Amino acid sequence: MENLGTFLSVLSEGLPETLTATIGGIALTIVLSLVAGLALLSPSKTVRVISRIYVEGLRGTSEVVQLFWIFFVLPVLVGFQIVPIWAGVLVLGLNHGAYGAEIVRGAVQSVPRAQYEGAIALGLSPAQRMRRVILPQAVVEMLPPFNNLFIQLLKSTAILSFVSVNEITRQAQQVLVPRFNPQAFEIFMLLLVIYLVLSLIITAVMRFLERVAAARVGRRPSAEARRQAAGAGVA
Amino acid sequence: MIVFDGVEKRFGDHVVLKELSFSVAPGEHVTLIGPSGSGKTTILRLLMTLEKVDAGTISVGGRYLSHIERGGTLVPADEKHSREVRKKIGMVFQQFNLFPNMTVRGNLIEAPTRVLGLSKDEANVRAQDLLDLVGLGEKIDAHPTQLSGGQQQRVAIARALAMRPDVLLLDEVTSALDPELVAGVLKLLRDIGESTDITILCVTHEMGFARDFSDRVMMFDGGRVIEDAPPGKLFTDPDHQRTRDFLQAVLNH
Amino acid sequence: MNVWDWNFAAEILPALLNGLRVTVIATVLGSVIAFALGLVLAVLGRGPRPVRIVVRGLVEFIRSTPLLVQIYFLYFVLPGFGIVLGALTIGVLALGVHYATYTSEVYRAGIEAVPRGQWEAATALSLPRGRVWTGVVLPQAIPRVLPALGNYVISMFKETPLLIGIGVLDIVGQARQVGGENFRYVEAYTLAGLLFLLLSYPAALAVRRLERRRAVR
Repeated sequence: MENLGTFLSVLSEGLPETLTATIGGIALTIVLSLVAGLALLSPSKTVRVISRIYVEGLRGTSEVVQLFWIFFVLPVLVGFQIVPIWAGVLVLGLNHGAYGAEIVRGAVQSVPRAQYEGAIALGLSPAQRMRRVILPQAVVEMLPPFNNLFIQLLKSTAILSFVSVNEITRQAQQVLVPRFNPQAFEIFMLLLVIYLVLSLIITAVMRFLERVAAARVGRRPSAEARRQAAGAGVA
Repeated sequence: MIVFDGVEKRFGDHVVLKELSFSVAPGEHVTLIGPSGSGKTTILRLLMTLEKVDAGTISVGGRYLSHIERGGTLVPADEKHSREVRKKIGMVFQQFNLFPNMTVRGNLIEAPTRVLGLSKDEANVRAQDLLDLVGLGEKIDAHPTQLSGGQQQRVAIARALAMRPDVLLLDEVTSALDPELVAGVLKLLRDIGESTDITILCVTHEMGFARDFSDRVMMFDGGRVIEDAPPGKLFTDPDHQRTRDFLQAVLNH
Repeated sequence: MNVWDWNFAAEILPALLNGLRVTVIATVLGSVIAFALGLVLAVLGRGPRPVRIVVRGLVEFIRSTPLLVQIYFLYFVLPGFGIVLGALTIGVLALGVHYATYTSEVYRAGIEAVPRGQWEAATALSLPRGRVWTGVVLPQAIPRVLPALGNYVISMFKETPLLIGIGVLDIVGQARQVGGENFRYVEAYTLAGLLFLLLSYPAALAVRRLERRRAVR
């Protein structure tokens, strides 16, 4: 136990890379999920097919393979090497974006048809319908599955240790274990706890967003709103 | 104002409307009655371009709804054309279809600002006026889910009127309401009918309302208009046995 | 030098297929553990309160942390307790335990979907507790969850390359080795990706068909 301080400080040196990969990956995932998810619902067949190839291609292959491909093969094809951490963000985003696309598609399709018709009857354009009416309602459905997806993404950042990104798993396995081999149990427990804490933070943030989004569509009205609703019945 | 010319509509093998032709004059109030599945609601949905015709044409205010004339022949119109014509048409739905992600105010100013290009201030004034008209002036910042069904439907009526439509389509607007809330909504519609010159097409099962609200009543059966007469005639002395049977059935239930 | 060399691709294919064999073995054995252990966790998760809390806590912990770290954990920690296992065995154990936490959730949902009346009827017939599970509840719950279990097998298949972290020569391990020996990675990693796609995409389609068949019924 006397080395716990050392372990913690060595592991925390890897935190910036882990956090960069997680946050960058999540940002890219959100963008790609929305773009590819809406493309899956496009009236244009070409757009749908392209998006479908992206989704199935990325979901059908292993994330580790994708990482090595971008890290070792892409440079041969394009002629320059991507900085490891950004190659990591790219793979995390591309891979989880493919899963997120299906979440977005499902959530948009779950919005009742009547809402489209209401928006058409008001003369809103297709883009306005999506942005102003359908997406805000679909977001409520998306948030819980996105919570799981983001935790998967956090866990996936550990694979960046394979391409020499000095994130927390690599710090443990390359720096600590060789020096303190008999204490491998403590080192890895500490590492696992750090991941657990990070995933609890993601869940807390997502729960908060879920509450905000649900309140906006009146799913779980506040006490005040519920009181008003009860009084409204007599009018 | 509205002209149906040889309109046909099928869902798969099922023919909903056959060779349907009729017209509605500006400012006229026309009620469509008939057994369920007779195609009444389909007519409103065709007018709102929520469905596409399989044959024939529909025009509103002298413009084809989903066709444009090109070189003397009619070709299907694009979404942009439909949207242009749609601006003149408002619709109130059975299930209200208010947007739950917006407040009452948001529901009322959304289309006027984004489709008609009104400023926020203009749209707000219009929204407040209309809510006062429907008796919900103080609910402007409430959330749709906080309102009763009757209140939601009145907001939906205000939302449709906010677009200043030439034509208003009412699709069984009281069918989803609790019985005690129906009268208030119908009274509101009567007031609107009297105080504006909007052309109104209405599908309803409220025969009393149809009788004193309409200039004309059309009886539908099997995708055709079998009788088209002023309410005084149709409700007291219909020509058709089918009409008599239908009225008997709905009035006695 | 061409970007893509067909001869080289043909030359390394046997090594990759050899790796694929390891990947499939790890997936199959890992799935067996995941199916069995997951069921145990699901049933224990409905047990008495202290058991339930411990089991659910453990499941949550394993699910929320990276499989790769769990692989390292077993690899570096078990020898300290005098347990010495081969890398592939460690990998299979880690895959099985990690995915058991997912399958336990699947079973749990399946068990909860069995109507209350079934439990009550079984109780009314005074069936012993064990028989209620094996004779009434699980036969109704498990068919329902087969597609979800299938999806996790496919996920596990795609995660076996994590075992390269402890030196297992699966597809990716082989690709890395032959690529490194010749300083040519394009063919190795592209073929590795294609092999994954070739197996997992048809499998995913099959699971989706199974899902639809269940949904219709």
